[in-house]
Amino acid sequence: MTIHRRKFLHTALGVAAAILVVPLKVFAARPKAAFGAEKYDDVMNTLYSSTTTDSSHVSIKAPDIAENGAVVPITVKTDLANAESVSIIVPNNPNPLAASFELTPSSGGLVSTRIKMAKTSDVHAVVKAGGKLYSASKEVKVTIGGCGG
Amino acid sequence: MAKIKIRAKEKNGTVTVKSLLKHPMETGNRKDKKTGNEIPAHYITEVKCEVNGKTVMTAYLGPGVSKDPYMSFDVKGAKKGETVKLSWVDNKGESASGEVTIK
Repeated sequence: MTIHRRKFLHTALGVAAAILVVPLKVFAARPKAAFGAEKYDDVMNTLYSSTTTDSSHVSIKAPDIAENGAVVPITVKTDLANAESVSIIVPNNPNPLAASFELTPSSGGLVSTRIKMAKTSDVHAVVKAGGKLYSASKEVKVTIGGCGG
Repeated sequence: MAKIKIRAKEKNGTVTVKSLLKHPMETGNRKDKKTGNEIPAHYITEVKCEVNGKTVMTAYLGPGVSKDPYMSFDVKGAKKGETVKLSWVDNKGESASGEVTIK
């Protein structure tokens, strides 16, 4: 049997598409628009479509000065029992939304990760619980940026 | 492929999961210093954590998360000996997963 180029390409494309589609389907919905947004307000609008109020139920732990903006440890803690999601937003980054954690009732109120920061900025932690938004923010001074360069 | 390092420890009913995912996390904004070409974006988009097959947390990441992402979070109601599974998918459709028993 000879392999026809056209047929081969068709099959190859089909297989490639199938491989690409399968892993994407595993996860429900990534807020793509919010990750692409370039302003803090746009992130908030596309992600939550409302504004937040600072709350003592949320606390954010981050260094005062980050020497290396490529690795900034951030810990978000909340004592709200019914927290649905936690987002970490850095307004001065090219894409402010760094990460968004979807929680379930069996999640504890603690999320910790390391993010990149382009320059000195506030870091906002937004927690959604029971349809309401709670937030906390902290300024982190960055001496060497972690984006581009 | 040992692309994921996980540790899960139980204390007073809360399990703390700590993990390190090996990944370049390219933003797409960086340029190759020698050639001047842009390095294409390559970052993890989703991380899912399951305990005994039940999803307890899904994290959506953007390129603003550091290289070789570190994630730590608490899970309530899990016991010692149960299995924690972590899996990720990146923007190129690549994926990896790892499992660990709660200590």
